[in-house]
Amino acid sequence: MLFGETIRISLASIRSNLFRALLTMLGIVIGVGAVITMVALGTGAQRQIDDQMAAMGGNILSIQSSAWFSRGVARNQQTLTTDDALALSTGMQHVTAVVPEINSRFQVKYGNRNLNVSVIGTTPNYPDVHRFNFAHGGMFTAADDAARKRVVVLGAELPGMLDADPAALIGRSIQVRSIKFEIIGVLEAKGGSGWRNPDDDIWIPLSTAQFRVTGDEFVQTISAQVADTSSTEMAMLEIERILRREHGVLPGKDNDFAIMDRRQFAQSRQEATEVFSYLLAGIAGVSLVVGGIGIMNIMLVTVTERTREIGVRKALGATRGNILLQFLVESTILCLLGGLIGLALGATVSALLAHYAGWQTVVTANSAFTAFGFSAAVGMVFGIWPAKRAASLDPIEALRHE
Amino acid sequence: MSNTPQPVIRLERLQRRYVMGGSHIDALQCVDLDVQENEYLAIMGQSGSGKSTLMNIIGCLDRPTEGEYWLNNERVSTMDDRQLARIRNREIGFVFQTFNLLPRMSALANVEVPLVYSGKKRKERHELAGAALDTVGLSDRMTHRPSEMSGGQRQRVAIARALVTNPSILLADEPTGNLDSSTGEEIMSLFDRLKNQGNTLIVVTHEKHIADRANRIVRLSDGNVISDEHTSEAR
Ligand SMILES: Nc1ncnc2c1ncn2[C@@H]1O[C@H](COP(=O)(O)OP(=O)(O)OP(=O)(O)O)[C@@H](O)[C@H]1O
Ligand SMILES: [Mg+2]
Repeated sequence: MLFGETIRISLASIRSNLFRALLTMLGIVIGVGAVITMVALGTGAQRQIDDQMAAMGGNILSIQSSAWFSRGVARNQQTLTTDDALALSTGMQHVTAVVPEINSRFQVKYGNRNLNVSVIGTTPNYPDVHRFNFAHGGMFTAADDAARKRVVVLGAELPGMLDADPAALIGRSIQVRSIKFEIIGVLEAKGGSGWRNPDDDIWIPLSTAQFRVTGDEFVQTISAQVADTSSTEMAMLEIERILRREHGVLPGKDNDFAIMDRRQFAQSRQEATEVFSYLLAGIAGVSLVVGGIGIMNIMLVTVTERTREIGVRKALGATRGNILLQFLVESTILCLLGGLIGLALGATVSALLAHYAGWQTVVTANSAFTAFGFSAAVGMVFGIWPAKRAASLDPIEALRHE
Repeated sequence: MSNTPQPVIRLERLQRRYVMGGSHIDALQCVDLDVQENEYLAIMGQSGSGKSTLMNIIGCLDRPTEGEYWLNNERVSTMDDRQLARIRNREIGFVFQTFNLLPRMSALANVEVPLVYSGKKRKERHELAGAALDTVGLSDRMTHRPSEMSGGQRQRVAIARALVTNPSILLADEPTGNLDSSTGEEIMSLFDRLKNQGNTLIVVTHEKHIADRANRIVRLSDGNVISDEHTSEAR
């Protein structure tokens, strides 16, 4: 009950000098705001990367034709073919699966609905490698591919776009570039993995795409799944060796293809947010120290102003401990209030960053507690000296203080 | 020795020296004084004779430079901060010459302060403080702040605060200095009542007619006791 009284006295004292208290808290407010934003950014970035990694499955390398130069002129030429995919899928040591993609946008017609969607010609292992699950039906088989069958698998958003019940779509026919296809499967939603949303694509067998739809042998992308026991670098070297041989690239000449590590892409994003986090951590640290010194300063002023009061309280039976606690509680409450405002500030800044900069931010209860912990610690550490000074005042001298 | 009661307060060769730069002032030079339980003692003397200094030492607010102070047969000089705080809180009620009320608090809250440090619950604090203010005739001024009260009213709040913990010893430094004669009379009859209830009272005063109500008058001059006599009130 004495502690409750101590808190009441502190609040009364802060209230009687509210504006001064607010100014004093500013350092803490900024410090805690920075801590909250920092942790929110870090958590958000980490969560985003984790999500992407989980969605990607094991590490997948993405091989694409690159713009290559001939006599100083960039020629945006297709270089990857179905044969390359075939060459990569046999006898590889560091690559466990290869998924070629023929990718183009076509008109799709179902009933009276007309859509323009990405049509991907690929191999039956596509859903396994890219971690898709089926909601209804299933994937086409190697036999379907070999027979160039006109079968199609729809992304999760297609039924909605076609205004049809997903389950009822299985076995129905749909026209892709005016060619009739049979719907054999509908995928579960997976969501975007950063740059595009695969849920509104459709998939057909590679051979069907090559011979019945596009009519050429080029593929836009080949995904290669790195073996669990191999490093990304080893897999990249192996792919490079085989593709250079396939394409007949002479030694010393540049690759006419590019191998991209999606994980690296994710990591470069992480690094960008990390730099920002360090910056904020710096601001947070400096603000908390500066804020702490501000608190100490104002507490010293308060102790001087209230010297008589301290004398009276001591004369009426307050121990040194009572007085020490009194001022320690006051500086801690001051910092906690600053922390509370800082928390609101940090949450607001995080929300703004998420909205305008597009960075994923997550304000967790954990980071809120951390921030409170920090501000309470600052209050105690920087409040201890003024509180000790107050506690050690001689009662009669304190009473004589003007 | 066996049938003389032990004094509540025993001062032995008490000296209080203030050192300022090179020079020094002995506010108390060599004071020997015993005060028995239930005694009503008046301290008189000119301004600057050391009355307040003596009261501060008796009230455990100040320490003597030399000599010993025994309170209830315990040596005050060996007590630690907690023990001293406890004595100030429970054993002694102190009425300051300059009131020393806390300006931002109401009369009631001021009177409650000692109770906070003796660990009383809120409700009990309110009741006891209200009763103490009632005793000094201020039940209608409980919510007023010191700045909203007259000098005499402040003096009475200070007295209520000294009485609220029901201490066995009451020390009052010029308690009637700021009061008109009729209010002063009320305070003095309150002191008579406390004396009759068995309390020990020490009152500093300039006024002879106030001092005459005590059982004993001690006169100070330049930090020494120059006379110590029992009055006709003594029984
Ligand atoms: N803190 C101090 N520093 C130096 N000298 C002091 C201090 N306090 C008191 N004195 C000196 O001690 C002497 C006694 O002072 P004290 O306050 O005890 O007088 P008093 O008898 O209470 O006077 P009054 O009737 O005016 O209240 C005075 O000469 C004063 O100057
Ligand atoms: Mg005096």
